[in-house]
Amino acid sequence: MTSLAHADPKAAKSLGRRRWLRRLRGTGTARPVWRQPVTVAALAILAAWLLIALAAPLLAPYDPIAQSVDTYQPPSGAHWFGTDSLGRDILSRVVYGARLSIPLALAIVALALLLGGLLGLVAGYVGRFLDEAVMRLTDLVFAFPQIILAMAVTAAFGPSTGNAILALVIVSWPVYARVIRSAVLTIRGEDYLSASRLLGVGPIRTLRRDVLPNSVGPAIVLATLELGNAVLLLAALSFLGLGPRPPAAEWGSMVALGAQDLSMWWVSVFPGLAILTVVLAFNVLGDALRDRLDPRYMNGR
Amino acid sequence: MTEVSTKQDPGAAVTAAPGPRPRRRRPMLTYLAKRLVITVGLLLGVTVLTFGLVQVVPGDPVTANLSDQALNDPAAVAAFRAKWGLDQPVHLQYLHYLGNLLTGDLGISQQTGRSVAEDLLQYVPATMELAIPTMLLALLLGTGIGMLAAVRNGRLTDQVIRVGALLGLSTPPFWLSLVVLYLFFFQLGLSPSGGRLSPGFTPPDTVTGMYTVDAALAGQWDLAWDAAQHLVLPVLVLTCLTVAILVRFVRSSMLEVLQQDYIKAAYAKGLPTGLVLRRHLLRAGLVPVITVSGLAFASLLSGTVLVENIFGWPGLGQYAYRSASALDLPAILGASLFVALVYTLVNLTVDLLYGLIDPRIRIQ
Repeated sequence: MTSLAHADPKAAKSLGRRRWLRRLRGTGTARPVWRQPVTVAALAILAAWLLIALAAPLLAPYDPIAQSVDTYQPPSGAHWFGTDSLGRDILSRVVYGARLSIPLALAIVALALLLGGLLGLVAGYVGRFLDEAVMRLTDLVFAFPQIILAMAVTAAFGPSTGNAILALVIVSWPVYARVIRSAVLTIRGEDYLSASRLLGVGPIRTLRRDVLPNSVGPAIVLATLELGNAVLLLAALSFLGLGPRPPAAEWGSMVALGAQDLSMWWVSVFPGLAILTVVLAFNVLGDALRDRLDPRYMNGR
Repeated sequence: MTEVSTKQDPGAAVTAAPGPRPRRRRPMLTYLAKRLVITVGLLLGVTVLTFGLVQVVPGDPVTANLSDQALNDPAAVAAFRAKWGLDQPVHLQYLHYLGNLLTGDLGISQQTGRSVAEDLLQYVPATMELAIPTMLLALLLGTGIGMLAAVRNGRLTDQVIRVGALLGLSTPPFWLSLVVLYLFFFQLGLSPSGGRLSPGFTPPDTVTGMYTVDAALAGQWDLAWDAAQHLVLPVLVLTCLTVAILVRFVRSSMLEVLQQDYIKAAYAKGLPTGLVLRRHLLRAGLVPVITVSGLAFASLLSGTVLVENIFGWPGLGQYAYRSASALDLPAILGASLFVALVYTLVNLTVDLLYGLIDPRIRIQ
């Protein structure tokens, strides 16, 4: 992020219209990132989790799905986080869980952003019937609390990783559609857009060159905040037994295992903490980005 | 639905040009009618969506509900199909369902063998018993804490509250339930392990379906006390999550109000801080909060699915989950439809309240 501050003047000029990039680089009163300890901590936590996910085979002391006779061992030198009902090492499972949750959350957000973004872009730009149709569709999805619709979708299609992703994309695209649409609507009234239209620029090129770059800012903020939400929802689905199939090391289903026997607190506490830290880091980062990019939230609001 | 886009053009409401023929206008009534039509349309959409979902999917309710032995018997399969109308074309099944719906018949749950309406009558009050105290507590705490954060903007108190709210948003509800259950039940023995009543108690006669209320109405105070004890932990968990959402919103809404000139004017004319906060800040800052309470309610409903599971609370969330995993078509449809209905009505109420409370946005 900081490397943008040293961008050459030529690049800066081409950024002229991309307000969100200028804001990200920080102008005027905005505090630099390294002066925000909470944001720095969030970045560090995320970086750590990414490293853990990448280096899982090196870090995990045991095979995450290998069962052993040492069932329900409390945390000890041999098993830092203890073992579960099947004697699997919880530390290894938490470490490998990062390989599931983080990429899956990224996939969910990317797909939902793509679908919702495209629909929002077209709805906002074309307007009229299309706009109305897309907006009513978002209303329809919004009529359900997210987890209930996601639950119905995964249960119907059969519990699996792919269907959990499908369900979460279905329940989360409307937010992007709404945000992108309203960004497009504000831009549509700008003079330079009328100018480019008078110059004979077609709709697709306008969308790509003028409208899209300007709606990226709100989309980035939303996507970051939604990453945390995606991790949470995915964990919730697999907690309900509707996510990746066992014996996959998924944090939500690991917490569910801990619910079988309350006295073995370590079975659920550590995977839960993993979820908590990742989601918290995404949320803090999303907030920081919003403070930067969204003019309504300037000055620490 | 709950967008707050009305602040953009304050002039529009004032300059409602008189038509050629002066007619008595009732903007609130027109608005209400419009909203009702939209709500009905939305609910129709909801039925199409849930119904369509279960039609398109590969899962077959026959295999999900009949035993292996019965599945090998073609007569039993055919009988099952005929009994549930599964042998008719899809659009007829849907129309049939819709027709029944209008008469309040939600079909019969293949899981419980009872009518879905009857099931809902039993499960919904249990969830309401959780939702009502949670919502009240959350609104109270959320407003107080959010306002405190706004007044202390940027200082330590504010920082702590902001991080606390983020923590609340980031905690998986099911995990938090387990943690509090471990602490308060297993370690401290202060609370019951789950369910709605301790063993040995029989549920009170049904009036509202909420055990605490029913028991109190019947004068069975020990029963009411026992039911209330079972409420504490799930309500605590749900409140944490709901407060987190409200605090963030209240805070930013109050900050916006704090920057208004009339707040400065109030301070400048020497009003005591408490008075300014109560009379000027609270009243203006609370208006947008009403809209977000609809959102908070949705997250509360989502939360109950996960929390009820841990606490063995026989509510709507449990019911929805169980019927979803058994592909119980009428039950899923009934539960989703009910949740969507409640949520839509809450949003409608919120929008109407918004208009009633803030005269600036009454017309539009």
